[in-house]
Parts: sequence; C-alpha cells; structure tokens
Amino acid sequence: MAVISYIQAVTQALKEEMKRDEKVFVLGEDVGKRGGVFRATDGLYDEFGEDRVLDTPLAESAIAGVGIGAAMYGMRPVAEMQFADFIMPAVNQIISEAAKIRYRSNNDWSAPITIRAPYGGGVHGALYHSQSVEAVFANQPGLKIVMPSTPYDVKGLLKASIRDNDPVLFFEHKRAYRLIKGEVPDEDYTLPIGKADVKREGSDITVITYGLCVHFALQAAEKLAEEGIDAHILDLRTVYPLDKEGIIEAASKTGKVLLVTEDNKEGGIISEVSAIISENCLFDLDAPVQRLAGPDVPSMPYAPTMEKHFMMNPDKVEKAMRDLAEF
Amino acid sequence: MGLEKINMPQLGESVTEGTISTWLVQPGDQVNKYDPIAEVMTDKVNAEVPSSFSGVIKELVASEGDTIEVGELMCHIEVEGAAGSAEEPAEEENKQAPAQETPVAEEKPSASKKPEKKQDKGNKKRYSPAVMTLAQEHDIDLNQVDGSGRGGRITRKDIEKIIASGDIPKAGEEKAEAPAEQPAQAEQKAAPASASAPQTPNVQASEGDIEIPVTGVRKAIAANMVKSKTEIPHAWMMVEVDVTNLVELRNAKKNQFKQQEGFSLTYFAFFVKAVAQALKEYPQLNSMWAGDKIIQRKAINLNIAVAKDDQLFVPVIRDADEKSIKGIAKDITDLANKARQGKLTSKDMEGGTFTVNNTGSFGSVQSMGVINHPQAAILQVESIVKKPVYQNGMFGARDMVNLCLSLDHRVLDGLVAGNFLARVKEILEKMSEDNTSVY
Amino acid sequence: MAENRHKALGLSDDQVLDMFRTMLLARRIDERMWLLNRAGKIPFVISCQGQEAAQVGASYALDREKDYALPYYRDMGVVLAFGMTAQDLMLSGFAKAEDPNSGGRQMPGHFGQKKNRIVTGSSPVTTQVPHAVGIALAGKMEKKDFVSLVTFGEGSSNQGDFHEGANFAGVHKLPVIFMVENNKYAISVPVSKQLACEKVSDRAIGYGMPGFTVDGNDPLAVYEAVKAAADRGRNGEGPTLIETVSYRLTPHSSDDDDRTYREREEVDEAKKKDSIVTFAQYLRDTGVLTDEKEKEMNDEISEIVNEATDYAENAAYAEAESAMKYVYEE
Repeated sequence: MAVISYIQAVTQALKEEMKRDEKVFVLGEDVGKRGGVFRATDGLYDEFGEDRVLDTPLAESAIAGVGIGAAMYGMRPVAEMQFADFIMPAVNQIISEAAKIRYRSNNDWSAPITIRAPYGGGVHGALYHSQSVEAVFANQPGLKIVMPSTPYDVKGLLKASIRDNDPVLFFEHKRAYRLIKGEVPDEDYTLPIGKADVKREGSDITVITYGLCVHFALQAAEKLAEEGIDAHILDLRTVYPLDKEGIIEAASKTGKVLLVTEDNKEGGIISEVSAIISENCLFDLDAPVQRLAGPDVPSMPYAPTMEKHFMMNPDKVEKAMRDLAEF
Repeated sequence: MGLEKINMPQLGESVTEGTISTWLVQPGDQVNKYDPIAEVMTDKVNAEVPSSFSGVIKELVASEGDTIEVGELMCHIEVEGAAGSAEEPAEEENKQAPAQETPVAEEKPSASKKPEKKQDKGNKKRYSPAVMTLAQEHDIDLNQVDGSGRGGRITRKDIEKIIASGDIPKAGEEKAEAPAEQPAQAEQKAAPASASAPQTPNVQASEGDIEIPVTGVRKAIAANMVKSKTEIPHAWMMVEVDVTNLVELRNAKKNQFKQQEGFSLTYFAFFVKAVAQALKEYPQLNSMWAGDKIIQRKAINLNIAVAKDDQLFVPVIRDADEKSIKGIAKDITDLANKARQGKLTSKDMEGGTFTVNNTGSFGSVQSMGVINHPQAAILQVESIVKKPVYQNGMFGARDMVNLCLSLDHRVLDGLVAGNFLARVKEILEKMSEDNTSVY
Repeated sequence: MAENRHKALGLSDDQVLDMFRTMLLARRIDERMWLLNRAGKIPFVISCQGQEAAQVGASYALDREKDYALPYYRDMGVVLAFGMTAQDLMLSGFAKAEDPNSGGRQMPGHFGQKKNRIVTGSSPVTTQVPHAVGIALAGKMEKKDFVSLVTFGEGSSNQGDFHEGANFAGVHKLPVIFMVENNKYAISVPVSKQLACEKVSDRAIGYGMPGFTVDGNDPLAVYEAVKAAADRGRNGEGPTLIETVSYRLTPHSSDDDDRTYREREEVDEAKKKDSIVTFAQYLRDTGVLTDEKEKEMNDEISEIVNEATDYAENAAYAEAESAMKYVYEE
C-alpha cells in the first residue's frame, strides 16, 4: 500500500472512476488545464481531455445546475466548487433541485451528481476561504453529505459518492489536503456512505467528530492516554444523514460524550448528534453531552490571533476531553 | 550582529511543505531584504522565496532537492544589530502543551484516584442517569459508594467497577465509610493471623457460635493486612523512653489548655510531634517501596489509628512537621470525633506517609505493628508506665514508655531505623516545661 | 382562400390540424381545471391560456421521439405535445397516486415524465434552464443529436440561472433552445418593469447566440423559429434564444385576482388575438378545418376531458405513509 496525501486520494479516486466509467466527468472552475487551484484534478485534463475535464464559466449555480441536468440525463458528473464558501450561489440548485428531484418526481427522475468542495480553516483563508458549510445542507433530505478525514476514507468514499444514485456533497478539508497522509490501497474499493467509523477504541470518554477535527482528537487522545484517560473516537464520515446507530453505540459505550466541530456552535451537525444522543441514550449518560465548536461569529478572521481563536486545534480538544474525563 | 533564521514560508492555502529546487545565494553572500534567496517548488506553486532580512548568508541548512515543512529552517543569516530572536511562524496547531505532570506512582495505580482533584464532595449525591440506572439494576446503595469524579461525583465507571468486583454495597448492610475500592489505609493493629488468611479456611461454626459476615471495612482490613504481611518483609525494634519531664509538662498544662481550647491535650500529640520532627531529619523512614525505586516523600502526613466499635480507621494529620503540638492535638480530636460520628471521608484518609499508632491507649506495653502498605514503617506508642529506673547512682520512679517500630526491610536497615528511634527518644526526653511550648 | 403558410413550412394539413387539436385540448383541460377549482374539488390551478400556440408550435418543431423538454408551469401545451395525456394532467390536478408527474406530491403545473423526456421541474423559477444545458452537454458528450427545449417566462429571464445557463451553453456551443414565453406579466408586474431592454431576445447577443422575437399567438411563426433553432443545435452551431410574445388571458393562478393590476379592456383586446380563435380561423381560411371537423373535434375533446375528470376524481390518493418513500434510491 502506498502512502499518499489526502488530496492525492481525491485525484486517484477521480482518475480511477473516470477510467472505470465513461459517464463520469469533472466540471468546475480551473479544473482543466490548471488541474484545480488546489491541484485536485491534476493530470486529469491531459489524460481524459477537455470534454471530460470541463473548465466552466465562473458561475456556481450553472456548475451545479448543468451538472444536475447531465446527471438527470444519465451521466455521472463530479462538480467542483472552488471553495465551499462559494457554493452559496448554487444553493438553490442543490437544495431546491438536486435534493428533491427523486422525491418530487415520485422516483421517476434522479440526480446522481457529486459536488466536491474544499472547506475548513487554519490556512489564513479569512472569512471566505475558511468556512464550514455543511450545516446549511444538513437538513435537506435527499442530499448526502460526506466529510472524510483520512486519505483511505477519501478514496473509498469519493468512489462511493460518484457511484451513488443520489446527489452527494463531498466536503474536503483544505488543510488536510497536504497535511494528512496515509496508506491507501492501490486497488479499487468503496466505503459505505452513511456509516460512521470508530477511529480509536476507548472506555473513558467518547469523542464524536468529523473531518480534520478527527486528527485533533486522535492527537489529544494519545496524550491523554499517558494520563490514563482512554478515549473512544467516532468519525462520522457522513454528516447527513447521520449514522444514528453508530452514534448511539459510541455514546452509550462511555456515557461521556464530547462533540467536536470547527463549524460554528449553534445549529450545526454536532447539535443534531447531541439531539440523537439525548433522545436515545439518557440512561447511559454519565455526563452532560459537551459541544466543542467554533464561536458563533460569521467566520474565521484573517489575522493570525483571531484565526487561532476561532480555529479548532489539538490543545482545545485535549482540554475539553480532559475536562469531561474528570467530570 | 545576530543570527536570524529564514524558514519555509506557506506558499498556498493547503501547502504544508516545499522543495528547494535552487539556492540563489551562497554562504557569505550579502543580501538585502526581499532579495530572492531560493527557488521553491510546492504542489501548488513554484516561487522565489525572498529574504526576510538584510545581512550575510551564514549557512544553508537545507540542500537543493530537500523538502522542508512549512515553518522549518531553510538557512541562517547574519544580521546587523539584531538580537537574534528569530520569529517562529510555525504552525500553531502542531504545538501542544506539555503533558500534565504525571503523578508519581504512589500506592496502587487505582484508575479512580486523582488525589489533587478531590477537594470537595459537593457532587457526591448528584447522580447521572447512567449511575442511577445501574444502581437500580444492581441494587447498589449509592450512599456507600465513593465517587472518583469531580466533586466526589460517582461516575458510571465507579459503578461498573463495583459490579465487576461482585462486592456490591446493599442498602441496610453495614455502612462503610471507606468504600471497598479505596481501602488503602485501614487499621494496622497487630492482627491475629487467622483474620488475614488468604484463602477461605476450613472452619466450621459449632452450635452457639456466632457467624459474623466479613464485609465492608472488615473485609478491607483483612485484605490490606494480607497484602502488607505477604508483600513487606517486616523487621522490628523497640526503644524505651523516659518521659517523666513530658508527663510533668503535660500535667501542668492540661487543665488550662482544656479550658482555653476546648479540647484535650493528650500525650499522643507530643509523640506525634516528636515523630514528625525526627522524620524530617530521617526522611528515609518517610518513604515508600515502588517496585523499581524508593520514593522519599517530601510531605510528612502521619496516619493515626482511630477506633469506632469494630472498625478502625487511619485518618491523616497533614504536614504534621509544620504543626504545633496544639495543632496536632486539634487534628487528633477532630479526626477522632469524625470517626465516632461516621463522618470520615476518604479524603481524610488519603496521602499518609508514615503511621503512628497509639497502642498505649489500650494498655499495651509492647506490640508488633503491621506496616500500613505501601509505607516503609509504623511506630507503636505504648502505655506510659511508672518504673524504677537506675539513674544518677540511684533508683528512682520514672515515667517510661516503649516505642515499637516495624520497618520494611527492603527500604530500611537497622542502622537508620535505630538512629531514627534514638532521635525520637532524644526529642521526647528533652521535652519539659522549660523548653517546650504547646503553641 | 387565404395564403397557405404551413405548406411552405413543410407541414401537412393533418399536422396543422393535429397542432390545433392539441392547443384546443390544452385549453379545454385548463378550463375544466378552473371549474373544478371553483367547485372546490381541486385546490389550485395555474393556466396555459393564451400561450397554447407558442407551446404547441415549438413542440411540433422538435423531434418528440428524442428531444428533451424542460417546461415551466404553464406549459400544458408542451407536455401534451410530448405525450402526456388529459388523464395524466387531471390526475395531477386531483393529486392522485397515479399522477405520472409526481404521484400527487407536487402542485399542478410541475411537470415531469421521464418516458416522454419531460424533465421534472420545481417552483423556484428558472432552475430548469441550467438543467437543459446539462442535458444538452450530456448529449454532446455522448455524441447524440437531440436538442433540449427549455421554456420560461419573461420575468424569469432576470434570474441568474437564465444568464448562467445561457452563457454556459453559448461558451460550449450546446444544442439548447431557450424559449421565453413572454405573456406580458410576471404575476402583477408588467414587462416594462421587468426589462430595461426592448425585447428579451436582445439578451441573446451577450451569450453569443442569435435571438429572435416572434408572435406567440401564431403557432406557425413559433414553429418556424424553433425548427431553425433545432437545426442549428443539431448542426453543432449552439444555442438559440426565442421570445414568443402573447398574453396571459387568465389571472396568474386560481389564487390571483388580475383586476387589481390590469384593465378589463386590455384583456378583452388580447382575447381578440387568442390563438384558439385566430388559428382556427386560419385553418378554416385555408380549408383545413371544416365545421363538421370542428364539431367532431370539440365532441371528442369534450369526451376526453369528461372521462379524464371522472377517472381522476375517482382515482385513489397515495397511501399516507408513501410520503416517506423515494427520498433516496430504494
């Protein structure tokens, strides 16, 4: 097994899927010749040509809408939003259209589109290159939202997203792109959308999180292990619809649950996770469910001091984990 | 002149490292601020990295072709007038606070023990849904359970451990102050061997015999005695001390003291004071066996034995070396009262470093104490007895007391133990109205 | 006898008669819907009246065996031409389980039927425009020669999705026909307050495509323009913008009262140009439509509408629990 970066896993999945199925194509801003501003589609233009690696006009609603049209026809478009922050003009297409096409047509039509977007902060990206936008879409039945944490999960889940017969939002943490490396099998494999994954077994506290924060929690857990605190870490991987069984199992295991996200605190994914736990796990709970999240300000400021204040990091996670362990 | 660092800059939002393709400067080159010093290649961009300073290139730390993480050193540059306080724009996320100081292995590493966190017991009766559910399902009397959580809260893990141990405290059974899982210090009296037999002996009750179930504190005591006697190689010695002056001192002060302070000035307080002082001079006695090392304790926390019915507790007088005789006497009184009222908490019994046992209160004149595991020694203070003693060419009636020391021979040898006892004896014999203040 | 324009367009007498029949069927179904609404039997109607000529003229200019239609909510004429039946539309009006558009999930006017390549639509206007572009893109990638027809109102031509979609199709030379059914009103707001340019078709040049404005009451004019656009598309020459100008003869919907924003005289004047009247006259004038044929056609349509109404009214609703189905693939 090769060790590759998170973004290389994206590229590898795209490449393999495009080879496997001629109906798979990529569209977005700068995805062609440039290979994407983050280089996620690096090399695809040369290999598959401009018709299947389509540089679109700078218009996000069209990127989504045209992709949806092609998907309804029977193609497998993979649309790239250059930054998750720029998905907003496409929200109508994603929520009013993609999410509802199967339902509103009583299963006559479907829109198997995958929309990829880099999200997340800690990269000096300021308000409009740092956002987490999953909560905007996470009460839209018909959508699936995948947010992987490791290169292995990226490849398996991106392939699964492309093959899925419903629309999938695939959010990639831009800081993870080159920071996170891991072993990825060369062969073809997929991972199930809608299933959370236990990233660390433990018995004292449960941390439920997703994306880059999974790594923060894992780092913190290793330190805390030296103090005798044994953390159980569940990576949601799919943040909508949520793996309720997986959440209930992980929460019940220790009865002490810390939920972590770098998104704003109120109204986020972890709020829903908290609700699932409180609905199902009351008699297993040994402590109030804790949320550790970004503050409720619009987004991450540019200046390093303020960015750091907003951004999640291993220290913040470690502190919250220890605090809960001692409860 | 000062030496500054030039580190790999972040050349793109997701970029974490860069490869130096070409150095544009060599050591000895004079460069101005913003002059290009190297061509760097990343996944996203190829760029010329400018110097952050004006000065002379001192050393190229990285070679061409090297891939360097963002924030890591590329080269040193000698800068006129700078203090050499290179800025470190390294990624904050990767920095972490040093791990909390791990508490040194003391006693048995019981996971539920976090001594420094146990300041208050305010949450003892705040039960989580999980704790209440488990307690109901297993018929556990939560009043008898001590919590390891914040503020003494009983955690789900505490209950799960009790369930796993099979030793479940039921309502209506004898109420133990010291829970089954925290029996670290129990009574240290020389106990008959039968009480501490490791396996169930083949003993049948006959008609008229009374069968007393072994539970709670009794069970904990038994377990500790067995542990102490099987694990610690005990050695024993005794000295005889002339405390005639001390008796006079105490008799002279006791009535006025009681009136003024409202509690008694006992002999035991003087003995404790003397032991604390001697321990300060012989810290070898104030230590513990910890497998591959011996840990000498800084704090002098003395366990004393307090009896209540058929139970015996060993609460702690903290920092006894810093306390006056009065302070010690007050602690003794408080702890004794608490024990009688069943109000001793596990906190009151934690952290002892040496034990002083007032066996004399039962009239004993000689005994062999069982060491309070994992301490290194225990001192038994026997009854003060008037004896004819040959002194200064004649016999006289003197107040004499035996001090009996049991020691862990792994930790201590006869010499240091003997010196320690001699020192205690010296301190006690010098205590008199002339030179001793109880305050 | 008047000038025969349809022969010049390559249309037979039977074909134009069939076009008229479809227009008339749309009108009669629409009128029945209003009656049912006013009788309290169906909750909502949104009308095609006044736009049948544009809808049917455009549809007949396409290959209804392979081209795609992305209609908007007034396009009863388009969907009938593409193969939907009166019964299908009535089932939709009554929100019954058998409704092929949505199984009773969507309001009437939200068309969709995959077997006839009628692409499902929503209520936020103009979202179907990028879809039409995407379908055309897919066709181009798969080297098919179909075109996609997308229709929308003049008010909708202000939406970003129109501009983004038109530009995309223009840049990539995709076979899309953008047809604006300009009926002069976006609910209450007249076209003068929607557009700063004179015609919607003026916008075409911005997206590198030709733009035409034609008489939306004349099915033959619309046929001609759309036919030419379809040919351009199939020849790889890219998209076309066509504006058909007619008039909305009814209020916006069954919940609207148009007397609050327009004069009766204006409506009465428009009714004189109603294509159901004027195209019938043309067919009579050219000898295609006789009194006998007209009566036969009216009787037949009347029977179709009655049967469709009865069938739909008596049809079953979807099971309540079926509301849980088809959120995702099952």
